[in-house]
Parts: sequence; C-alpha cells; structure tokens
Amino acid sequence: MRFINRRPGLALGVFLAALPFVAVLVAYIIGSQMRLAENPSDKLLPAPATIAQTAERLFTTPDKRSGRILLWHDTAASLIRLALGVGISAVLAVIFGLLIGLQPHMRAAFSGFVSVVSMIPPLAMLPILFIVFGLGETSKVVLIVVGILPFMIRDLSQRVIEIPREMIVKAETLGASSGVIALRVALPQLLPRLIQALRLSLGPAWLFLIAAEAIAADQGLGYRIFLVRRYLAMDVILTYVAWITALAFAMDLMLRWLSRRAFPWSEAAL
Amino acid sequence: MSFVSAQNIFQSYDGRPILERVNLEVDEGEFISIVGASGCGKSTFLRLLLAQEQPSRGAIRIGGAVPAAEPGPDRGVVFQKYSVFPHMSVRENIIAGESFRRPLGRFFGAAKKAARARADATLERIGLGHVADAYPATLSGGMQQRLAIGQALAAKPRILLLDEPFGALDPGTRLAMHDFLTELRAAAPMTVFMVTHDLAEGFKLGDRVLVFDKPRWDPHDPGAYGATITYDFDARDDGIPFQTIKEVANVPDQT
Repeated sequence: MRFINRRPGLALGVFLAALPFVAVLVAYIIGSQMRLAENPSDKLLPAPATIAQTAERLFTTPDKRSGRILLWHDTAASLIRLALGVGISAVLAVIFGLLIGLQPHMRAAFSGFVSVVSMIPPLAMLPILFIVFGLGETSKVVLIVVGILPFMIRDLSQRVIEIPREMIVKAETLGASSGVIALRVALPQLLPRLIQALRLSLGPAWLFLIAAEAIAADQGLGYRIFLVRRYLAMDVILTYVAWITALAFAMDLMLRWLSRRAFPWSEAAL
Repeated sequence: MSFVSAQNIFQSYDGRPILERVNLEVDEGEFISIVGASGCGKSTFLRLLLAQEQPSRGAIRIGGAVPAAEPGPDRGVVFQKYSVFPHMSVRENIIAGESFRRPLGRFFGAAKKAARARADATLERIGLGHVADAYPATLSGGMQQRLAIGQALAAKPRILLLDEPFGALDPGTRLAMHDFLTELRAAAPMTVFMVTHDLAEGFKLGDRVLVFDKPRWDPHDPGAYGATITYDFDARDDGIPFQTIKEVANVPDQT
C-alpha cells in the first residue's frame, strides 16, 4: 500500500494527536529538572508544580495594592480591545467587500489601494498611531484594525467576486435592485466566509494587541507579560501564555460552532 | 410586428466576430430550440436575448419595447448551474421570485403570508412540496432545475430563457424534466428560448429549431467569420408539420 494511503485507526489517531503535546511537556519537564538540579533557584524553567501554584495564585488571589485579581482585569481589558478591533474590522470588511466585489467603479477605485495598503507592515505604523491617537485605548484598537482590515477586505471582496455571475444575473431577472442583490444574495453568502476570515485574522489580531500593550498600556495581558519579564518571572509568563492560548482556541471553537449553527445551508449536501 | 424581434444582430469580442447578420422574429407563445456546435454563438445569442450583453450592432426588442440595457424581470432565465440561491430554503427561493423586486427584497406581514401560501401552491404544482424547508444543496440535480424553473416563472417573465437547463442531468431525469416543461406550457403558454446540445431534445420540445453555424469558413483562420442562423426548422408534430404520415382510417380506435 502506498505511504499516502495509509490511515491511522481510532486509537492510533488519538495517540498521534496527543503525541506532540506530550513530547513538548516531557521535554520541558526534563529540561526544568536538569536546570533545577544544578541550581534550585533557577527561574528560566520553573517546575510544573511551581507554575501550577503561580497559576492558582494569579487566578484567585487579589492584588495587595489594588485589591483586584489582576489576571481577570487584564483579560477583560485585552478582550474589550480585541473585540472592538475585530468587530470594527468585520463590519468595515463586509461593507467594503460588498462594494468592491459588486460595483465596478468601487473596484476600480479601491482594489489597488487596498492591496497596496495591505502591504504596509502594521507594526511599522504603531509609532504613527501612538502619535496620532495617543497612548490610550484608541491606538491599540486602531492597530488591530489597521493590521487585519486590509487582509479581510481583500479576502471578502474576492469571495463576492467569486459568486457565480449566473446567480447575480438570475437575481437581476427577478427584478432585484443593486441593494437587494447586495443584501439578499451577496451578504448571506458572504457571512460564512466572514467567519472564516475572522478565524484566520484572530492570530494576527492577538499579535497586534499584545504588541501594542507591550509598548504602552497600564493593564492587559500583553502589558503584564512584558512587565514581569523584567523579573524573569517565567512562571507568570507561562501562565499568561497558556491562558491566552486557551482564550484564542476557545474563540476559534466558538466561531466554528457559530458557522455550523448559523449557516446550515453552507454545509448541507447530500 | 412579432413578439420578440432580433434585427441584424452582430456581436464580436475583441474584434473577433461571433455572430453576424442574425435576424429572428418570434411570435408569442412559441418554443424556440437553439442548437449548434460548440462555440457557434448560441449561448452568446442567449446572453443577448437576456440583455446581459449588448450586441455590437442591431437590436433585440420584446413586445416592441426599447432594447433593454440590463437583465430585468421581463426575462426569466435558468442556467445549467447556479440558478437557485443556496442560502435560501426551497420555499424562500420561490418567494424570492416575487419578493426580489420589492425595496428590501422581502415581503412583510400579510403580504408575506400570502406569498408563502402562493409559494407552497407553486411547490405542490412542481412536485417539490415535500422539500419546502430543505436547502437546495440537499436536492437532486433534477429537483434543483425544477426549482429554478419554478422560481423563474414565479416572477412572471414575458420570455423564459433556458441555457442548457438539462445538460447536467441523467437521461431518465431529463425525460421527466421534458414532461414537466411540457405540462407547464400546456397549463400556461409562454415564449421559451432553449439552448441545447441535444438535437432530439430540441426537436421534441421546440416549435421551431434554430441552427447556428458559420456560413462562411476560412480554413486558414477559423475565427474570421461569425455564425448566424443557418436553418430554421418547423419542429411541430415531430418536425413534420405539413404532412400527415399516419393514415386517417376513419375507424374508431379499437385499443
């Protein structure tokens, strides 16, 4: 049998899926033990037990000075920024995607512009954003928008262009105006693609959020990580990284569930 | 003046002539089959009838009206694929035939209820009542095309254009679709243009069969000349409209 045609059974499949996770974990534990055996006060690779203790403290113990549990406050601050940035991007991307995809004048005017703008490295824009919008919330949200919006517009306008011409013509022969075609034909078919685009954009969105928070913020997940970096507090950093990963993964799962739930037609087939 | 009139139509893409000197007069209620080899311009002619494209020269008029600049509700169309909206249920697809001309593309309140009832009646008539709430992707190819025809007719077009509507169907389903279309026309006469690859289908369904071909042919430059209507057959009564082959026995049928 050819190599490409061999398939794992159920048990082997589960084992293979778990293997990389276990391997990384084991490698970490071995490395940690080796370093701690040499120097018990080593901070670079804290023992898993230490991390678990730290995590418990971070999730449950209030800060002495402010009396607040910082991790939850950081999470809330970061998620609000992320939601604003991603939400604004999604709305604008749908509007511009429909305009560029459906209307030839808009396509002529904007498609070249958007492809050039999408080539600007967003992090290079960060100083400009800080200068223009100040160090507050606005610049962080705008960085996320600047970072993911051009990609989303390009992706969504392409999806609108890919709607078969026959379908648009059919709608025209039913007497639909441009607005009705956008609203009743293009938009509903664009929404599942929007969720796909959002899933792809969440990674970059987190990247820009943490970058902005690292440079100028007084709370937020990225701010905290870069703050405790000064004390080599690897246990805190690792807890935050794991927490961010869990949040991002949960969002991805939610979007996937939403896509299946809200657009049964896109998966319905014999 | 005839119902659909195409006068001296020329069409070329990038200087390459596709159609030349196409003249056609069609009466209301006629079923026109359009056949011809691949690339002979029959689909181009259908797009011109649809007003999806404008001819380089000449004009197509329906009922003596001004030549249309874009597809509109006086022309219904069914393509081989992509003729129904995948994001709407079967019933919504039929309702769309009426509701898309509304400002928001929807009916509200009592009008919505009435449209639903009309759609359900249509679905019963075209044999899709049992799948009203399903999405088109779950239907077979024949059912999808039936839905597409029902949707096009719900908009009450003046002419119906079919672009190889049964091309992707298996032979059995295709025969069923022929009966379906014949029944629809028996119930409500309509003017139909159908492009097909299948000669037998063209003669079976059509009142007239138009053949598109190139009357002039340059072997050194096959693209030099465009195609036109080279034959216009009368296809009524199995293509033998003037003679009666069966003997009239003047004896009551015993069977």
